[in-house]
Amino acid sequence: MRFSVRGRAVLEVALLSVLAVVMLFPVLWMIETSLKENRDVYAVPAKLFNFDVTLDHYRDVFVSSGLSVAFLNSVIVAGASTVLATVLGVPAAWAYSRFAVKAKKDQLFFILSTRFMPPVVVVIPIFLMYRYIGLIDSALGLILIYTAFNVPFTIWMMKGFVDEVPAEYEDAAMLDGYTRLQAFRKFTLPLLVPGIAATAVFALIFSWNEFVFAIFLTSSDEVRTAPPAIAGLIGGTTVDWGLVAASSVVFALPVLIFAYLVRKHLVAGVTLGAVRR
Amino acid sequence: MSDRVSLTTDRPGRAATPKPPAPVRSRRLTDRRLAVAFIAPALLLLLGMSVFPLLWALYLSFTDYSATRGGPANFVGFGNYTAILTSAQVHLRAVTTLVYVVGAVTLQTVLGFTIAYLISRRTRGRGLLTTLFLVPMMLSPVVVGLFWRFMLDAQFGVVNSMLGSLGLGQVEWLTRQRTALISLIVVDTWQWTPFIMLIALAGLTAVPKYLYEAASIDRASEWFRFRTITLPLVWPLLLIAVLFRAIEAFRLFDLVYILTSGGPGVSTETLSFHVYKVAFLGFNTGTASAYGILMVLVVIVLTQLYLRYLNKLKED
Repeated sequence: MRFSVRGRAVLEVALLSVLAVVMLFPVLWMIETSLKENRDVYAVPAKLFNFDVTLDHYRDVFVSSGLSVAFLNSVIVAGASTVLATVLGVPAAWAYSRFAVKAKKDQLFFILSTRFMPPVVVVIPIFLMYRYIGLIDSALGLILIYTAFNVPFTIWMMKGFVDEVPAEYEDAAMLDGYTRLQAFRKFTLPLLVPGIAATAVFALIFSWNEFVFAIFLTSSDEVRTAPPAIAGLIGGTTVDWGLVAASSVVFALPVLIFAYLVRKHLVAGVTLGAVRR
Repeated sequence: MSDRVSLTTDRPGRAATPKPPAPVRSRRLTDRRLAVAFIAPALLLLLGMSVFPLLWALYLSFTDYSATRGGPANFVGFGNYTAILTSAQVHLRAVTTLVYVVGAVTLQTVLGFTIAYLISRRTRGRGLLTTLFLVPMMLSPVVVGLFWRFMLDAQFGVVNSMLGSLGLGQVEWLTRQRTALISLIVVDTWQWTPFIMLIALAGLTAVPKYLYEAASIDRASEWFRFRTITLPLVWPLLLIAVLFRAIEAFRLFDLVYILTSGGPGVSTETLSFHVYKVAFLGFNTGTASAYGILMVLVVIVLTQLYLRYLNKLKED
């Protein structure tokens, strides 16, 4: 069967629209649920449009649910681990890009493969280790493990950005009398700033969304980050789905904004810096 | 000479001792020192937080240590490994994991590639469409799991409500043995189809236009063009995306934990969920370590494959 060019285009657009609606419906439903009165949340049949809008659930997120502490913890843990991973990862990426390091390829592959270890497996010895040195249920423990988990990504992602800056800039600066380190700081580093920003944003998203380490390595409300705290909302006998939806929206919104800011680097970001286009 | 240097450096104190023009050999030495100083901290952290824990797990896997019982760890040789490898429970989880990984990754690949192909054929609104499609992927598995749990609820979930208004029967998505695994696959597919789409789209937009033009001069059919130009050029990148997803799906834990907690029964217990149960609910740390090490071996094989293809792609 052959379609005319026009008929085919219409069919393609229709198919694409259906797929887009299916993919976006859950997100839309989450936002709707967060704005509904409780009786409408559980309405059967579900109310798609005709519901009263309320901001009560959002108020609950910040006031009565105790989630604000968890959000603050998330900001601290994600922020600190991102800064640490950047400070450790960017110089390493530069060194891997510029110098003839022994078995460079093997080292880089080793670094990336640490990121692929199943978290449930890694968490068993980490749990014992932390119990031994007293890092269980502490922000520092989470920051350390998230840094370790973001450093491989930072190195791979940043190496791509450093590779794009010609090494000749540094060579020329060194002919002018700068040392290698000064050449890096004054000429290469400024050119890397957009790349560093994009890399840091991805690291921030990874730490922000992380759940497995958070749930096993922390337990008290004062230390807990947002993902286990939100998951804890469904622990009881009755679940306030409006609150779950509202806190999910509050939790996801910064991620979506950040992801939009780095959309140009998404391919590299989500493949841990391995695929570049 | 020293004047010029102090003009261009932040710390004149250091420039006060001008270095003699560096001979090539000594420059290489400082380069090497610099490389070590820059790389070592990152590697040390990875050794401390990734390699050392794994080595510890390797040691524990040969003992009968229990994190709760405490006491000394007695050496049991390969006992834990034979117990794991011959356990019918583990075999069942391996089958569940295989069904889940193959099912989810296949669905994601087919759907993701289809969406990417459709988007790549549009000229307008491409950026907006791509951005919208990417939303599920950026969400935390916690948010995804919780929300689908709500939508798939048998009584007030919106999915059953819609099926009802279409005149179809109600489905117990998460509370029936067979449908629970299907639900898990559906939710994972919903979240990660954008990943395949994104990478496939990167491949598709990189196909040089002149190839299509040449093909249309030769009056090649649409299908012929797809088979001989598009697919071969996108395939390497797509394969990397598929392998990446396979590794991620194999290690998946959070979605299972939130969506079904392995149930009903053990119908959605994947290997990583079972490891968690052995380690944190059964408290057999030694056995769980052996279990984990075996999983790490699988991941290492998959990662090697992934890295090999990645390397190949980079060399082309």
